[in-house]
Amino acid sequence: MAKSIDVSNVNIYYGDFKAVEDVSMTIKARSVTAFIGPSGCGKSTFLRTLNRMHEVIPGAHVEGEVLLGGEDIYAANVDPVQVRRRVGMVFQRPNPFPTMSIYDNVLAGNRLNSKKLKKADADAIVEKALTGANLWNEVKDRLGKPGMGLSGGQQQRLCIARAIAVEPQVLLMDEPCSALDPISTSAVEDLIHELKSDYTIVIVTHNMQQAARVSEYTGFFNLKAAGQPGHLVEFNKTTKMFSTPEQESTEAYISGRFG
Amino acid sequence: MSTLQSPRTSGLVSDLTAGKLPRFAPALAAVIALGIGALAALLIGGGLLATVLFAAVAFLVVLPAWYAVVEGRRAAVDRLVTCLVWSALAVALVPLVSLLWTVVHHGARQLDATFLGQDAFITALHQPTGILHAIVGTLLITLTAAVMSVPLGIFAAIYLIEYGAGSKLAAAIRFLVDVMTGIPSIVAGLFAFALFTLLFGPAYRSGLAGAAALSLLMVPIVVRSTEEMLRLVPNELREAAYALGTPKWRTIVKVVLPTALGGIVTGVTLATARVVGETAPLLLTAAITTKVNLNVFDGFMTTLPVMVYSSQAKGHPEDFDVAWGAALVLVLIVLVLNIVARIVGKIFAPKTGH
Repeated sequence: MAKSIDVSNVNIYYGDFKAVEDVSMTIKARSVTAFIGPSGCGKSTFLRTLNRMHEVIPGAHVEGEVLLGGEDIYAANVDPVQVRRRVGMVFQRPNPFPTMSIYDNVLAGNRLNSKKLKKADADAIVEKALTGANLWNEVKDRLGKPGMGLSGGQQQRLCIARAIAVEPQVLLMDEPCSALDPISTSAVEDLIHELKSDYTIVIVTHNMQQAARVSEYTGFFNLKAAGQPGHLVEFNKTTKMFSTPEQESTEAYISGRFG
Repeated sequence: MSTLQSPRTSGLVSDLTAGKLPRFAPALAAVIALGIGALAALLIGGGLLATVLFAAVAFLVVLPAWYAVVEGRRAAVDRLVTCLVWSALAVALVPLVSLLWTVVHHGARQLDATFLGQDAFITALHQPTGILHAIVGTLLITLTAAVMSVPLGIFAAIYLIEYGAGSKLAAAIRFLVDVMTGIPSIVAGLFAFALFTLLFGPAYRSGLAGAAALSLLMVPIVVRSTEEMLRLVPNELREAAYALGTPKWRTIVKVVLPTALGGIVTGVTLATARVVGETAPLLLTAAITTKVNLNVFDGFMTTLPVMVYSSQAKGHPEDFDVAWGAALVLVLIVLVLNIVARIVGKIFAPKTGH
């Protein structure tokens, strides 16, 4: 089910402005890949090109090739909606649907894609997804309550449950813990460890300890100068990246001597 | 040796309470101001209104002055501004309360089964007159106008926010909608009159023509209020739905519209309440009748505002009474619409779970 992603020579634009330049990498299936780098270097932008969410912004477009399990997701006849059903996404700030209960939030992906579900199947999906997101025990007695009534950490795990309920092949996480306290962060990190046996996970983070804790591979993005496009400086095994990085600027950034 | 806790100063004069006026100071000042007002009114010669006006001015001078002497400049300015804000509120409320009181006072005694349950044609031979035909006309014409303008307005707003964001076409539409908001209602009436005369020949009058005129006034209000509500829906919710592999139209139907529904319903109801009181366009397009007409597509139809206008134009005392009664019924209909809007808005507002 989980698939690998091959990116070659990708340039990403907002209108005429080139935000990310010439990125190539291979993201392995059933592993966790982390992107680190300073603010504005294009990590989130690059992440959003992996499920064609980048083009939601007016004027934004992408050049290059992104292969999901060997298929080019930017080929002319590819429907972005189908891509997004296969590549799920968790956002920086928890964003459960305010009009829906916890139960309906988990099923949102299935319901919004107009699948007709039997009650028993729906219950099974909800329990599986919430259990997978380590949230089942906390909410099983109040599934009918609004999702907005949960705490921030619970809401973020609800969003993860919502993303895995549609059983994607890849899960993208855009700074999923930046709005959470250490305990909720730890819960989400444990969850990432469990999920990687089934999913290909790509995570953007500002927290280098987090990248070191959860990921097998790390990509370091950087800017050449202000106003210049971001680019991928180094892509390596996390253990190597945090002990003997190949590039000098990587070492400077990781050890805090950046800028 | 210093201790962290300072000794209690109860019984002594504390720095914190020194130089403070007692809490009954404003009330005392009000009494004094009333006295000054009454005295001034007596001296100059004036009635109750003069007394109240003088008292208000005296209060605005006495209280801040007193605070200035005892508590200092900051407290005095605070008092003065507080008093001014409250005075502005009171002045704004005077015409509103006066209007409501007059309508209820003159209109309430008209309300009975004959007045509300019979039309003017049946009751014309033996007074009193009924207004059932106008109530039915108001409800039918307003409903027809809402049926025409609400879908149009909501779809236009969806285009402006979801599809046309940033495009020149959307900017042009938004500008035209803003211009339409300012159209005098008589112009809308003339447009509908001309349109239906061209389509169906001269002397064609119907509730439909009236409703068309009203919807011309209603569409821009619905577009603007819906647009504001859709703008308030966080972009993150749209992105969350897209990221689940939801097509754009389903995202709008299942996520964006439900989230904004409470506000949209309120906006629609307020737009309805706005056009329910229109007179001029309906005089042109739906004309005046004394019979109940249930067919909006053909025949004269009278609404409450038109009835108020035509009754008072006749000039007899009993016609004035009918006008007051009809005005009260109209106010009640608007009141009910507003209450319904509030309740519906509450029901559909996104739940927080607290």
